[in-house]
Amino acid sequence: MSTGNTPILETRGLSKFFGRVIALKDVAMRLHQGEVVALLGDNGAGKSTLIKCLSGVHQPDMGEVLMQGKPVQFKEPRDALKCGIATVYQDLAMIPQLSIARNFVLGAEPTRGWGPFRWLDMKSAALTTHGGLTRLGIELRDTSEPVGTLSGGERQSVAIARALHFGARVLILDEPTSALGVKESERVLRDIDSARRRGAGIILITHNVHHAYPVADTFTILRRGRTYGTFAKDAVTRQEVLTMMAGM
Amino acid sequence: MEAGRDERLREKSLWRRMLLRPEAGALGGALVVWLFFVVAAGDRGFLSLRGTATYLEVAAELGIVATAVALLMIGGEFDLSVGSLMGAAGMLLTILAVHYGWHLWAALAAVMAFAVVAGLFNGYLVIRTGLPSFIVTLATLFVFRGVTIGVTRLVTGRTQVGGLQESAGYDAAHTLFASDIMIAGVGFPVSILWWLGLVTFATWVLLRTPFGNWIFGTGGDAKAANSVGVPTGRVKVTLFVGTALAAALVGVIQAVAFTGADVLRGELREFYAIIVVVIGGTLLTGGYGSAIGAAIGALIFGMVRQGIVFTGVDADWFKVFLGGMLLIAVLVNHWVRRRAMQG
Repeated sequence: MSTGNTPILETRGLSKFFGRVIALKDVAMRLHQGEVVALLGDNGAGKSTLIKCLSGVHQPDMGEVLMQGKPVQFKEPRDALKCGIATVYQDLAMIPQLSIARNFVLGAEPTRGWGPFRWLDMKSAALTTHGGLTRLGIELRDTSEPVGTLSGGERQSVAIARALHFGARVLILDEPTSALGVKESERVLRDIDSARRRGAGIILITHNVHHAYPVADTFTILRRGRTYGTFAKDAVTRQEVLTMMAGM
Repeated sequence: MEAGRDERLREKSLWRRMLLRPEAGALGGALVVWLFFVVAAGDRGFLSLRGTATYLEVAAELGIVATAVALLMIGGEFDLSVGSLMGAAGMLLTILAVHYGWHLWAALAAVMAFAVVAGLFNGYLVIRTGLPSFIVTLATLFVFRGVTIGVTRLVTGRTQVGGLQESAGYDAAHTLFASDIMIAGVGFPVSILWWLGLVTFATWVLLRTPFGNWIFGTGGDAKAANSVGVPTGRVKVTLFVGTALAAALVGVIQAVAFTGADVLRGELREFYAIIVVVIGGTLLTGGYGSAIGAAIGALIFGMVRQGIVFTGVDADWFKVFLGGMLLIAVLVNHWVRRRAMQG
């Protein structure tokens, strides 16, 4: 890669406190272009807080986030999205009453026209949605149906397709396979792989090592709000990762 | 799976699609109400052009505020201060023009600037404190009303101020805000045009602009919308400015029409606005609704309020009818939403 070894996303000494609770303390992690980092940790290890700091939902109290070696500050999720960081949360972040297409483009609506008279290009929104879903191999019914009519797995697929479409550089997936069936899970893992080959960096949050192990290049393990360590896949076995996660 | 349509998908008929629009229930309701008054008071003037003009005027003045309130409620917030702002705007216009001798257009600009500030105040108070807007604007309802009464008494020594017709620029303002458009010898107030224009604009914003999509997202699930990049705080503040401006517009229309203002004008309008918005199919929880529905709700409000007068029944019964309509509307909306979510 032309960018050499500069990580596209890196955290240094990242700390986040909620009142007296130390959610994160001196967390260091690196993500390179075309790399899948599995962020592992037991419940309460700080995985969610870390990704919320990376996606602009939380602002870290100490330490810094760097993109391509340059410090960045995200005041709100919109800032992170502008930098090409898209996140799929466990709770999926979709509006049940809105149509699938409207959800898909929410926050990044295609427009036509000029200046203050720009209007929402629903045709383009429907095409984008359809394209994004088809690329993931999802055949959805009418994209003008409300998201509330979809099953959990279908919603998850739409959320992932959405992030893949808009998160050009960094894709953060929080437990992406938790609500999916076997076939859908395979498709998601395959798509993670193809996003990686397109040059995106991917952070995969999970507490299921068996899902993470086949696709991940690197494992970063969080324990009680701190980085326990980062390991290349060829340096550790599945069992070792599991042991470190549990803190045994 | 084959490309194309999913074989598990049932065909959705045009009729069902229509029924699942947020304004469907209100449209049916409006028809029923209209038919009711045609039977009860059709021969006493309800059906005449003059009768139509009177209920359209009532509908328009509430409808202007209700349109903005509908957008705000779809965005997930309430504004109970609109009635007080109506009173404040009309009084500010009158005091500036009559007591201080401002040109009416300068006074008008000041009133609109005041409305923007009041809207920003409501909006920032809500997003900064994180308190329910119901409480925050319940507080500003009293604050705005109290300041209006207090300042008016302090400056003029009265609670009613008249003489607006003497101020410079009144004639042009009258044409713009309070003139009648003659149709077959009957005057239709120009406020009806303001109302229709505003409903059209609001509908376009809601359905055909990115901002409209953000309103639905913000009201449907603010956290989720925010996480995909919708600036939910800015959306809400903008909508609060919208309700304040709409309230000020009605305050101005009434002040110009009555050539003066009363500190108590606009009382209860905040509740009437919410009622017609809900009758129009907008959910109290946000994320779902329409400006056209609110317009139909305002039309029902106008027909009932004036229709009762035509029937000769004591107008006190109007509130009973209004409360009943609200209950029925909420029940219908609840049912419609459940159906919509099931596809």
